[in-house]
Amino acid sequence: MIKYDLVIIGGGPAGLASAISAYDSGTKNILIIEREDKLGGILKQCIHNGFGLTRFKESLTGPEYAYRFIKEVEKRKIDYKLNTTVLSLTKSKTITAINGDGIVKIKAKAIIISTGARERSRGALNIAGSRPAGIFSAGTAQKFANIKGYLVGKKVVILGSGDIGLIMARRLTLEGASVLAVAEIMPYSSGLKRNIAQCLNDFNIPLYLNHTISKIEGKDRVTAVEISQVDSNKNVIKDTAIKIPCDTVLFSVGLIPENELLDKTGIEMSPKTKGAIVFQNRETSVDGIFACGNCLQIHDLVDFVSEESELAGISATDYINNKHKEKDVIEVAQNENLAYVLPQKINKNIKGDIKFYFRVKNEFRNCLIEASSNGVVYFSKKKPVCTPGEMESITLPFDKIANLVDKIKISLYAK
Amino acid sequence: MFDIAVIGGGIIGGSILRELTKYSLSVCLLEKENDVCMGQSKANSGIVHAGFDAKPYTLKAKFNILGNKMMKKYARELGVKYYNNGSLVVAYNEEEQLALKDLYNRGISNGVKKLKIINEKKLKKLEPNISDTAKSALLAKTGGIICPYELTIACIGNAMDNGAKLFTNFEVVSAKKNNDHFDIISKDNQNVQAKIVINACGLGSEKVANCFGDTSIEIGGRKGEYILLDNKCNGYFKKTIFKTPTAKGKGILISPTVDNNIILGPTAEETDTDDTSTTIDGLNLIKLNVNMMAKNVPLNNCITSFSGIRAYSKTHDFIIKESESVKGLINVCGIESPGLTSSPAIAKYVVSEIVSKLLVLEKNKSFNPKRKPDYFFKRLSIKQKNKIIKDNPSYGKIVCRCEQITEGEILRALRENPKACDVDGIKRRTRAGMGRCQGGFCSPSVVDLISKELNIPLEEITKKGKDSKILIGKEK
Repeated sequence: MIKYDLVIIGGGPAGLASAISAYDSGTKNILIIEREDKLGGILKQCIHNGFGLTRFKESLTGPEYAYRFIKEVEKRKIDYKLNTTVLSLTKSKTITAINGDGIVKIKAKAIIISTGARERSRGALNIAGSRPAGIFSAGTAQKFANIKGYLVGKKVVILGSGDIGLIMARRLTLEGASVLAVAEIMPYSSGLKRNIAQCLNDFNIPLYLNHTISKIEGKDRVTAVEISQVDSNKNVIKDTAIKIPCDTVLFSVGLIPENELLDKTGIEMSPKTKGAIVFQNRETSVDGIFACGNCLQIHDLVDFVSEESELAGISATDYINNKHKEKDVIEVAQNENLAYVLPQKINKNIKGDIKFYFRVKNEFRNCLIEASSNGVVYFSKKKPVCTPGEMESITLPFDKIANLVDKIKISLYAK
Repeated sequence: MFDIAVIGGGIIGGSILRELTKYSLSVCLLEKENDVCMGQSKANSGIVHAGFDAKPYTLKAKFNILGNKMMKKYARELGVKYYNNGSLVVAYNEEEQLALKDLYNRGISNGVKKLKIINEKKLKKLEPNISDTAKSALLAKTGGIICPYELTIACIGNAMDNGAKLFTNFEVVSAKKNNDHFDIISKDNQNVQAKIVINACGLGSEKVANCFGDTSIEIGGRKGEYILLDNKCNGYFKKTIFKTPTAKGKGILISPTVDNNIILGPTAEETDTDDTSTTIDGLNLIKLNVNMMAKNVPLNNCITSFSGIRAYSKTHDFIIKESESVKGLINVCGIESPGLTSSPAIAKYVVSEIVSKLLVLEKNKSFNPKRKPDYFFKRLSIKQKNKIIKDNPSYGKIVCRCEQITEGEILRALRENPKACDVDGIKRRTRAGMGRCQGGFCSPSVVDLISKELNIPLEEITKKGKDSKILIGKEK
């Protein structure tokens, strides 16, 4: 059995940032386990720019952003294993992993889960029709295009206006393909505003809101799709179908945190985020196991992934040094306008201001965001617009929380 | 010239092909698609039926009972996963309770062992997720589950290891009798000669019989749609749950699969095409039914939906006999449910009772019934896995993260009989791409591996042969 103080599962943006911050806060004996053949995670295939605007105040491509962190990991000589997949994980922090050398067991004092997310597939949505070639999730098409250098299609329809789909609409257009339509089942786009403008509007690609794909046609390769309007329950309205001849369908219909490894650990999961329930230091319900990045909550910008993961890294060091093991817990609640709030729990023994992240369920205007407890408002701020595509946050000074005994509730009200 | 040509690479053609290789015969399999197992054998419920359902004294009843008894050993020889999980036919009202009695009696008369009717209390203890409205059930302990494409591919692979030859993309369009043999002509004008022909073409068997001059076969098609749930739902039901059958058939079922998924379906819709599209109405019908049959159905863990077309004979029983009008043509057609269960018994019967009367059968002394390797890597012990990885490090590289399938298994599928040559072929042989991301992560790696191993450019790789290319070319 190999032993490490800290094992980080996943060498993407979350894993890298947490490794650096854990190292800099005093944990030197770290192992990063990465299943692919390079560090960097999904950033490797995100060759568009716009990464790092918040963190570095400059616009980087995905690989450039990742490289800044990989360089720091290399500089610190932090151990990492590539082409290594974790098969299982126990509550007592024993990891079983597989690579070309065989199956290894690794015992860790603390673990950070940074396994990222996967794309929701056509199958998960139960989209009717045939099952020919030419159906891809947007990220798979992106990998074929940006890593392998191959084009997936010439006449493309995209379902879902998530950011990867929007980025791919532009990418494929620049490569000479025609993107004929983007259909979005919601009455609003789930992507960033800047992506709607730069990836669709600039290329005159039509966005059909309240629409879904009701049928895929084609035996060998896709030949057409039908898109139909949906009612308020998201069911297809019959006789509204428009048939669009095409050879390719991309799905950009949301990301699902990848947490199958946690199934056997008994870690408490949130049905809202599909990630672990965590304290403000990103510790899960199992002591010494932390989570950060897209496996915890789906972020809109990688800059916030890095921020969250640095917090997890420092927290892991604290745990290894026997800090904050006593917990004085208050729960976090939310009102009906929010899809989720994270962290879901506060340990009052951990000093420091707390940044609550959340997403809203609908588009709201003239918003008032409040943190309250037992009817008393402790903090509030205004925001002109909140949309589900963008992660929102509110920071609560620690002195407001220190003496609370009841649940703290984060609410959003709109006019 | 071959002694025997089997037409149709499904479970029936495959199991007959394997049975034939037990004898010193030269045999081949003609398959119209790019790969074997491309029709109804890849898209059905995967149930090993106990045998209470078929009308007594039919071929269906006979071969169901025989096949059920053979399946365990058959699967073990071929290294195919099989579980004897048992099945329950559930009655939800008084009328169905009466029908259950009839079904029980029919089962006894068919010779089904270990059959009994259990009460509501026992049923709910066995399957806590059954609907509160369930009243009683017929428990058949001999019911089981198997993966239909795993079995088909294993049969054909084992037959090929024992000398059978496979021709893919061989769509039979005409045939000529020439003294002692047939000339069988494909769409692209290839010619295969064989003394005896076995027509096991499923939905296409009427057309193929016609090519040989036999117009007696009449085949209909019934489309069945399915929904498949993630292996996270493993344990939701342990047994296969049927509704009480009606005149229309066995109806929609809920069953675990051997790979720990839950399968829901099939619908039953008459069709005269080979279009296997799913429909909004069909998928909704499945959801409606399973929500009546069970509670807390984890439909939010759906990973895919698909459909298959069951070919049935208009005589409503299996057709297993030499053609009356064309000597040397053996029709094995209309093998709808319980065809998968019956397949080992049908194969044995076809060879020992029909072929034997047309040719002298001599045992093939070098026949090896075992297909190697006969394990599923994921389910080996750490020690066994380490031994394999030490010999071949590609077994240590996970390619499909959802199903934990390794590069070694994918390379093996490209190298061993019947060799995979497209992305879906890899999927059916290894399960890479069968999981919750549906190939989102692994398909670029799978395409790469096929390209390297078969030495063909990436843009030539197909999903399932013909015009199903995955990529359209290099970027600018």
